[in-house]
Parts: sequence; structure tokens; C-alpha cells
Amino acid sequence: MGQAGKGLHKRSRRREGWIPHFTLAVGIVIFAFPIFFALIGSTHDAGTIGRGEMPLAPGKHLAENYWQAWTLGSGERVKATPVRAMMFNSFVMALVITFGKIAISLISAYAVVFFAFPLRMFFFWMIFITLMLPVEVRIIPTYKVVSDLGMIDSFSGLTIPLIASATATLLFRQVFLTIPDELVEAAKIDGAGAMRFFWSMVLPLSRTNIAALFVILFIYGWNQYLWPLLITTSRTMETIVIGIVKMIGTGEAQTDWQIIMATTILAMLPPVAVILFMQRWFVKGLIEAEK
Amino acid sequence: MRRRVIFDNKVLPYLLVAPQIAVTLVFFFWPAAQAIYQSLLLQDPFGLRTQFVWFENFTTILTDPLYLDSLRVTVIFSTAVTVLSMGIGLLFATMADAHIRGARLYRTLMTWPYAVAPAVAAVLWLFIFHPSIGLLGRALQRIGIPWDYKLNGIQALILVILAASWKQVSYNFLFFLAGLQAIPRSVIEAATLEAGPARCFWSIVFPLLSPTTFFLLVVNVVYAFFDTFGVIHALTGGGPAKATETLIYKVYTDGVVNLDLGGSAAQSVILLIIVVTLTALQFKYIERKVHY
Repeated sequence: MGQAGKGLHKRSRRREGWIPHFTLAVGIVIFAFPIFFALIGSTHDAGTIGRGEMPLAPGKHLAENYWQAWTLGSGERVKATPVRAMMFNSFVMALVITFGKIAISLISAYAVVFFAFPLRMFFFWMIFITLMLPVEVRIIPTYKVVSDLGMIDSFSGLTIPLIASATATLLFRQVFLTIPDELVEAAKIDGAGAMRFFWSMVLPLSRTNIAALFVILFIYGWNQYLWPLLITTSRTMETIVIGIVKMIGTGEAQTDWQIIMATTILAMLPPVAVILFMQRWFVKGLIEAEK
Repeated sequence: MRRRVIFDNKVLPYLLVAPQIAVTLVFFFWPAAQAIYQSLLLQDPFGLRTQFVWFENFTTILTDPLYLDSLRVTVIFSTAVTVLSMGIGLLFATMADAHIRGARLYRTLMTWPYAVAPAVAAVLWLFIFHPSIGLLGRALQRIGIPWDYKLNGIQALILVILAASWKQVSYNFLFFLAGLQAIPRSVIEAATLEAGPARCFWSIVFPLLSPTTFFLLVVNVVYAFFDTFGVIHALTGGGPAKATETLIYKVYTDGVVNLDLGGSAAQSVILLIIVVTLTALQFKYIERKVHY
């Protein structure tokens, strides 16, 4: 029995061994395939792609295409903003949204947790309810507010309406509630005021949560679509995600696909890099933000 | 949730909540109230006269065949995206949960599509399935399938579903993996020995995963409803012949493009009711999880 049982166990373990590897490998190839194809596309010339003759091997125009996208953003048929300008816009938008959300959520959660004041719960619920008011359900009136405030086509219009965050406030509130009362008491005995306590205790204790939120919010900010589509009217204010879609237009075969694909690859680099280099924070942030 | 020890300050807490409250008032509550108010008004085409019409906009919309078509598209699209991305996410998570070498590397290589913007995902798929230049688009035509998502509504719908699901698998994968890893290893091993891997999965693992599954169901429906605007706008623009026009896309075209304020506002209010229902469902789940 011992011999046979051992043999069976071993065999089943070995079988378990290759199926997961195979399935995961297939999955990774499917995930990577569109990127691979875009990379290949960004190394050929417009004619090769337009005739439908693009091979599965890289072409000779890599440097030329990326340089053209970066400095001009335009080819023979496509007129667009240079990628470097659109990247700059996207970076400003993503970073202002990310740090704006983190900053105002930190201080409002701090107020709700560490102070007793009338309207405390009222404010808390007001922030909480914004979860149920995505841009899409108030699209035209929000646009009107932004336009009445003269914020169309500006970075303030792109970012400020998006920096309220129920998710971040709830998360920080959760974190602050785990700070022991004894710590607050000790700080008060030492004569530390509320803001001193915030800077020297609360902020350092929330460091890992801030890092985790940074990853999630940066991707959220970078990938914004509907809002910048409404708010930006001049081409110099375009974010890169909007810029690519405008380059495609109606999607004719005869267009500068090589420039579009180079731009697409460049547009994916920052958020993908953030996920890959901050993998640990990313998983933590994703799972915490949804609790 | 109350702390015993708190700071005494009359003004400071108000200053601290002020920025967030100001943003929510100006950009969330005021516009949402406006949307509800406008949904009860009827404006003539020149915007000269406005009339209070109670629920007329709602009855107009709910009896409009175009709106009902868009509702049908939304249901098909959301169901397909949810089932596809959750199913594949669960499959990969089960595989990655097995104790295999390189599990961390696999996880990393599985997660990066989360970072790709929905609109960019659409561009990537468009380049592959373009009828005259795309690798697979041409291949389909070569084997005799008249593939052109710009003319064929069903093909267009398939393509937006593929692009929207591709991006969402990573998210489901990570949550299913976290759910699987929370199940004690000994339970799975005992059940596998007793009943074999397939039965163990369906009668032990899957039921234990049900809280995760339910949570993801809500999140994926929300994603399919609201976050896929970019995919559709970039790929098909709602076409051909409105075959890929979801409810969100219709709010955008009716309000921003066609400037039908009352109708668009009424559609917004219907979407608002859907979001509130979904969020309530989600929190009911969380509450239950907290009690257990």
C-alpha cells in the first residue's frame, strides 16, 4: 500500500505540475499578444502596414517612428500634438489627481477620526455618498459648473473636479482607527497639538497605505477618458489617451499606423512601469481600496 | 468607531474637511441635483422656453425603442464582459494558486494589463482585428468569414466585448487568487484526496470563494456599465447602426452631441438608480463579511 500510494501521489503531483504552467503560459501569451503586435507595428513604415503586409518580425523604422511621434506626433496623414506634450499633460493630470486625492482624504479622515464636532457624521456621509455619483450620472451639469467657473481647457478643470475621494477617505479612516488611544494620550501629555501629532505620528504610520493608494490612483488618473474628452478643447491640452484615439479618427487602413502604434506603446509605459516596479504596493492597494 | 481620546479644537476640524467638502458640493452634489431637476423639465429645441413636465422625460425614454435597444445592448455587453473576464480570471487564479515554481513571476505577468487604459486596450485590439490591415482581421477574411466590424453590428459587439474583457481579467485574477489563498491548504488537500481535483473544486473551493465571487460580480457589472466608455468611443463610436451603444454611451451622445438636456438628464437619473442599487448590494456584502 505504502509503495503504491506514494507512486500515485507522485504521479498526480507531477500532472498538477505541467497543467498550471501550460495554462498560465497560454494566458500570458494572450495578454502580451496585442502589445507584441503594437510593438512590431511601431517599427514598420506606413505603406507596409497600410497594404496589409506587415510581417511578424520587427522592421527597420523603430528609431525614426518613435522620434517622429515624440517630437511631432504627426505623420503624412495624421495631424496631432507631439507625444512629449501629451505625455506632459497626462503626467500633470495623473499626479495632481493622485496627490490631491491623497492629501484631501488624509486631512478629512483625520478630522473625522480625531475630533468631535457637530456635523462630523454629516460630513462623513457626504463624502461617502460621492461613491454613488460617478461622472457619468451628472455629466452635463458638471460640465456646466466647470465651464461657468472658467475652468474649461485648463489643468484645474481636468483635475480638481476629480480629487474628491470616498475610497481614500474610508481607507485612511480605517487606518487611523487602529492607532491606539494611548499614543494620542501620550502625545497630548507631551504637549503636542493636533497638527504636530498629524505630521509626526499619523503621517509616518500611514506611509505604506499612501504608497499603495499612489499606485491605484496614478493609474486611475493616467487612464481618465470621458472627463478629459469633455474638458479639453484645444489640441495642446490633450492627454495622451485622448490623443491616440483622435489620431485614429475613423480608422482608415491608409493612415500613419506606425506613429499611432509608437504613441500607444509610449502611452502604456508609465502606468505599466508603476505596476511592475511597485507590484507589492499595487496588490495591497487594490485589495485595500475595495474593502 | 468613536475614539476615547480626541483633540479639542473648535475650528481646525472644519478647516481639515473643507477642501473635500467643497469639491463634493461644487462638483458632485450641485450637478447631481441639477441632473435630477433637469430630468423633470422639457426645453424647446431653441432653449427659449422651459416647462416643468414631471416624469414625461422618463416615460418618453422608457417607451423609446432606441433606448430599449441600448438597454438590450448594455445587458448583453455587461453579461458577456462579466462572465468572460471572471471565468478566465478564476481559471488563471486556480492555476497560479497551485504550488508551482515561478508563481510570483506569473502573478506579475498576469497583472500588468490592469494598467492599460480602456481606450488604449481598444486601440490595440483594433490594430489586430482591422479588416484590411489587422493580422486576425485579414486571417478571418482569408478563411472566408466576411469580417468587418465597421459594417457588422454583431462583429462590432464581439470586438468591444473582447477588448473590454482583456483588460479586466487581471483584476479578477488578483482577487480570486487572494480568495483562494485564504482557504486553508489542508482543507483543499484533504478534499482532493477524497474526491479528486474537479469535484473538490466545485463542491469545496467554489462555495468557499462565493463572497469573492459576489463582490467581483458587482465590481465587474459597474466596470462594464461605466468604465468601458473609452473602449466603445475608441473602437466603434457606438456603431454600426447603434449596435454597440450602451446606456453610458447614449447619455453621452444625447447630452453632449445632440444636446437633448432633459432626455439626457433623465437617462442620468436612471443610471444613478442603477449605481445606488449596485453600491448598496456591495455594502450589504461587506457588512455580512464583517459580521462573520
